[in-house]
Amino acid sequence: MHDLVAITALGGPEPRVDTIGGVTCTEVPHIALASVAARMGKESKSTKTLAKLIDAPTPEIGRWTGATVSAFWAGSDQWMVEAPFDTHEDLAAQVEAAMGDAASVTEQTDGWVRFDLNGDNIPAVLELLCQLDLRKVSEGSAARCSIHHIGCFVLCRTAENYSIYGPRSSAGSLHHAIVTAMRSAL
Amino acid sequence: MTQSNRLDGGQIDRNTSLSFRFDGRSYTAHPGDTLASALLANDVRLIGRSFKYHRPRGLLTVGSEEPNGIVELRTGARKEPNTRATTIEMFDGLEAHSQNRWPSLKFDALAVNDLFSNFLSAGFYYKTFMWPAAFWEKLYEPMIRRAAGLGSLSMEADPDEYDKGFRHCDLLIIGAGPAGLMAALTAGRAGADVILADEDFTLGGRLNSETMALDDQNASDWAAQAVAELSSLPNVRLMPRTTVIGAFDHGIYGAVERTGDHLATLPEGKPRQILWRIYTQKALLCAGATERPIAFENNDRPGIMMASALRTYANRFAVTASQRVAIFTNNDDGHRTAADLHAKGVKIAAVVDVREDAPTNYDYEVLQGAQVVNTKGRHGLSFVEVAMPDGSTRTLDCGALGVSGGWNPNVHLTCHQRGRPVWDEALAAFVPGADLPVGLSVAGAANGVMSTHGALHSGAEGAVKALDLTSTPPDLPEAEDAPVTQKPFWYVQGCKRAWVDQQNDVTVKDVKLSYQEGFRSVEHLKRYTTLGMATDQGKTSNITGLAIMAEVAGKSIPEVGTTIFRPPYTPVPIATFAGRMKGQEFHPTRLTPSHYWAKERGAVFVEVGNWLRAQWFPLPGETHWRQSVDREVRQTRASVGVCDCTTLGKIDVQGTDAAEFLNRVYANAFAKLAVGKTRYGLMLREDGMVMDDGTAARMAEDHFVVTTTTANAVSVYRHMEFVRQCLFPDMDVQLISTTEAWAQYAVAGPNSRKLLQKIVDPEFDLSNEAFPFMACGNVTVCGGLRARLFRISFSGELAYEIAVPSRYGDALMRRLMTEGEEFDVIPYGTEALGVMRVEKGHAAGNELNGTTTALNLGLGKMVSKKKDSIGSVLSEREALVEPDVLRLVGIKPLQPEEKITAGGHLMNTDGPVDAAHDQGYVTSAVYSPILNSNIGLGLVKNGAERLGEKMRLVSPLTDLTVDVELVSAHFVDPEGERLRA
Amino acid sequence: MIINHPLLGPRDASEFTYLGDATLINRPDWQAENASEAFYEYGYVRDNPAGEHQELWYHEAGDRSWLVVTRNTLTHEISKVELARDVARARGRSK
Repeated sequence: MHDLVAITALGGPEPRVDTIGGVTCTEVPHIALASVAARMGKESKSTKTLAKLIDAPTPEIGRWTGATVSAFWAGSDQWMVEAPFDTHEDLAAQVEAAMGDAASVTEQTDGWVRFDLNGDNIPAVLELLCQLDLRKVSEGSAARCSIHHIGCFVLCRTAENYSIYGPRSSAGSLHHAIVTAMRSAL
Repeated sequence: MTQSNRLDGGQIDRNTSLSFRFDGRSYTAHPGDTLASALLANDVRLIGRSFKYHRPRGLLTVGSEEPNGIVELRTGARKEPNTRATTIEMFDGLEAHSQNRWPSLKFDALAVNDLFSNFLSAGFYYKTFMWPAAFWEKLYEPMIRRAAGLGSLSMEADPDEYDKGFRHCDLLIIGAGPAGLMAALTAGRAGADVILADEDFTLGGRLNSETMALDDQNASDWAAQAVAELSSLPNVRLMPRTTVIGAFDHGIYGAVERTGDHLATLPEGKPRQILWRIYTQKALLCAGATERPIAFENNDRPGIMMASALRTYANRFAVTASQRVAIFTNNDDGHRTAADLHAKGVKIAAVVDVREDAPTNYDYEVLQGAQVVNTKGRHGLSFVEVAMPDGSTRTLDCGALGVSGGWNPNVHLTCHQRGRPVWDEALAAFVPGADLPVGLSVAGAANGVMSTHGALHSGAEGAVKALDLTSTPPDLPEAEDAPVTQKPFWYVQGCKRAWVDQQNDVTVKDVKLSYQEGFRSVEHLKRYTTLGMATDQGKTSNITGLAIMAEVAGKSIPEVGTTIFRPPYTPVPIATFAGRMKGQEFHPTRLTPSHYWAKERGAVFVEVGNWLRAQWFPLPGETHWRQSVDREVRQTRASVGVCDCTTLGKIDVQGTDAAEFLNRVYANAFAKLAVGKTRYGLMLREDGMVMDDGTAARMAEDHFVVTTTTANAVSVYRHMEFVRQCLFPDMDVQLISTTEAWAQYAVAGPNSRKLLQKIVDPEFDLSNEAFPFMACGNVTVCGGLRARLFRISFSGELAYEIAVPSRYGDALMRRLMTEGEEFDVIPYGTEALGVMRVEKGHAAGNELNGTTTALNLGLGKMVSKKKDSIGSVLSEREALVEPDVLRLVGIKPLQPEEKITAGGHLMNTDGPVDAAHDQGYVTSAVYSPILNSNIGLGLVKNGAERLGEKMRLVSPLTDLTVDVELVSAHFVDPEGERLRA
Repeated sequence: MIINHPLLGPRDASEFTYLGDATLINRPDWQAENASEAFYEYGYVRDNPAGEHQELWYHEAGDRSWLVVTRNTLTHEISKVELARDVARARGRSK
């Protein structure tokens, strides 16, 4: 086991938590990510294999599915697989083994920072951040959008629980944008 | 003074008193007041001085169309000039100042301009201050600006916050008067997602201004009840204090919500205003109509107001402008004001009606066929002179005169996409044309439907049609349905100084002058006279101006036409457009994984795109950046240095066609690159210019890791997606960015291998034989952490780049520093990086400037002719391969201490210094602590053949001439022995 | 403006990056007799229609797909949006 100590995307030893007006924004570093892109002509094989891997139907356009290991749609024949970091630090290797020659797999774990929003009235925060039609966002949605010029994924887990993925290097700016919008809207 | 002009009733909260200050004096008001209504209540009629002539001015209107009642609001950094008193919602402690007066509002020195009005007519400035040209900027313009009627800025940063937001709806209803409320009830009850926006803080529009009944209710009570029902509907969102400022493409509307303007102080973190972008399926414009004035002699005196405004002040705000009021009208609506004021106990001096057959069955005198021909009173109206039809003159004592010239539908938003309104003869007004923005329809007075019943009906019908509703619309309440009866009447003949545009001081005479001088199209009229060009955008003046122009031109009004209406509908603070994108938040900031560590080390940072990169790491005692940079270069070349190069773009390229794909996007060949090897790649644009460079490492037969320059990471990725999807759609290749996922460090210098051997786990052999120059592979570090190792060098030294997952980047950097202590390892920044790459002669951003070819950069042989790659065909164009094209060379001053300037041009030692004799230019310049000399890279005509030649480096702008010699660009280790060691 | 993405539905134009005329898909054959002339035309010669125009937009803040958007340059009306990859294949492009 190596002896290097990780820091979070915001630079601290522990994840950052902010609670404003009944909504909590939590930095979530304990997530492993791997991208899956179907090889040419192996789209349906990829879809089937991925479904097996996440033990759920492979997500349709703009959706996420799964439980402990889950996946969300990221583009045409392309998905992002999420799993708990502590048990799946080598997620990319696991997914690659599972997908075989059906898909290209790339480690994405530290490409992203994730913030989870929990509480009531999260749409009031999101409408200050992104252009998504929030009327169409519901449990199971996963949409890519731009938040203050930062390309992000917004996942709706439940009506009171959202995840926002943004590029790790912009974690500070994204966190500032989210917390500022929370102060403004809540 | 205690609100001597207050009446009974109204929608104000008399139980609460608010205090406010105007020009330093204290007054009281009530919640529900605007600054305008509160000033009138306190008998303050003189509010400002006019723009050009500094004439005393009071309020003209009661809404956002106000041209005269313009004040500076608040103080200190929050001071806001040019706000309309009519739209400022009263709060306790409000402070406002009149503007455009000196030394005081009552005595304004520049009122002398009014005496010279004959000289200051339209076009005066253009005609007078034309010459000499140099005087304009330094003398005339500042002078005019000081004299002209604009408020002043605080010159301090705005301390408030502004937000931007995005909303979606089925139906946006713009305006919450009778039409808008009825439309919202119709659509809301049918279950549609509705946004109802209104600029006022109380929804209801004119219903709050009138005494009429809807069914058996007061109009304002009916409005309040409708609002209560709408706010109970979850699918309806009410947005009071929100002005829809523009109609944009495809059903997008801009709206400004004033969330904090009515508050004395903003709660922590709350925005003052929000700029909403509203995405709509359909929109319904219910913006009502604006009453228009009649121009007559001295019609701008404080106390002369729109008749409907007097009515609103009385009915809604329980205020009269004076206890004795006269009315001047051409239509029945003017009589409504007289009747309402009369009922409130205000004395009506008379109603002057231009119509010979005007109705007279009222409790006050009506002067049929009469016209107001002059007004008198210093700082405010005291009487008006009326020309009677028999030629006699009557004088009416009055403190206020209500003027009604008819109503203009508020068509503005219908024209935001160049739609043209059409003339309605019966209304004598422009109504919306057929060419509306997609998805927009119009109801109520905005569509020329002027009765309350008509507004309610067209609102309900508008909602049904817009949404194709099949449900039964709600029953309409009984309401007045009076026809419009008026005699079009624009201005009183024979007047000398009758104001059309009060905010920009444009008179009837100015409009006529414009015609005489040949400025006859409406667009010329507007620009020559400045009619309608003030902050009110001519809401009360444009149509009158057109009517006068039509008359003098002998044309009809529709023949003259209108100018174009453009967003925004009312002025918007720049800060609202900026939103949160200001200061540090102007763009996102990207931090590298070693950022916090670098900060601890006292690094100086530089912005590279959105990234912050360590530029150098000063040590105690170093007082100049060159000391730090020279040390970093020397120490790296002598032992070992570490640089964070995470910012380089990294793209994962996979698939069975990955190698062939890279063959197409790079000018040089990749198909035969062995697994475990890295190759420099040169990327061209299709026009043959160099786009970017980087490396591609073959991790597996079907897997490459490609790097791009920091600056081009996004555009190269976009380009590769274009090639993949648009040019070679059947290639089996998949792309994804991994820039952020890996913390990557360059470890450079003769001791770099020794240092890495302490980091990389022992089972990986780093010897020169096992891991030679340009090798790459997956390794583990520090006891098992997955990592990638590349033996590539930008500095020219023995060097590696090592990458670990970003979360461990901070720890790895710290580990490299502690393990490197025995080698005196140092971190180096972008500045030392730049020095070393110039010493080595590597082209970088300064050379890859979008105008250089591979041949220019000395890389011409890399462009393979044996395969199809982007840019290879056009790179062969004649002009790009001429013998004397620019070639990359090294440049050395003859005196090593003489500085070379990037951007300086190279000239032959003799001959003129001019563009015709230009030989090339310097792209990069640094001081080399290794060579103890300033050095540079440059592009010189046929440079490769001219090494050893002496030249002059000139920079005429900075008066610089340096004697230089052209040398090989590879100043250090030209044979590349070090990097292969 | 709104671009009705074939996969994602209506999305704000600000999420997209514009490239230009969709004739950029028609990259000439590098080995053709007249390759240099053809590449010159491809790179530099464009129609500038007042009316319908097929153009390339990239969904940068979205799914990274390239789209061919048919837009009326006079009214901004967008009458058709297709995946550029489908258009490229339909125009005979392959590997």
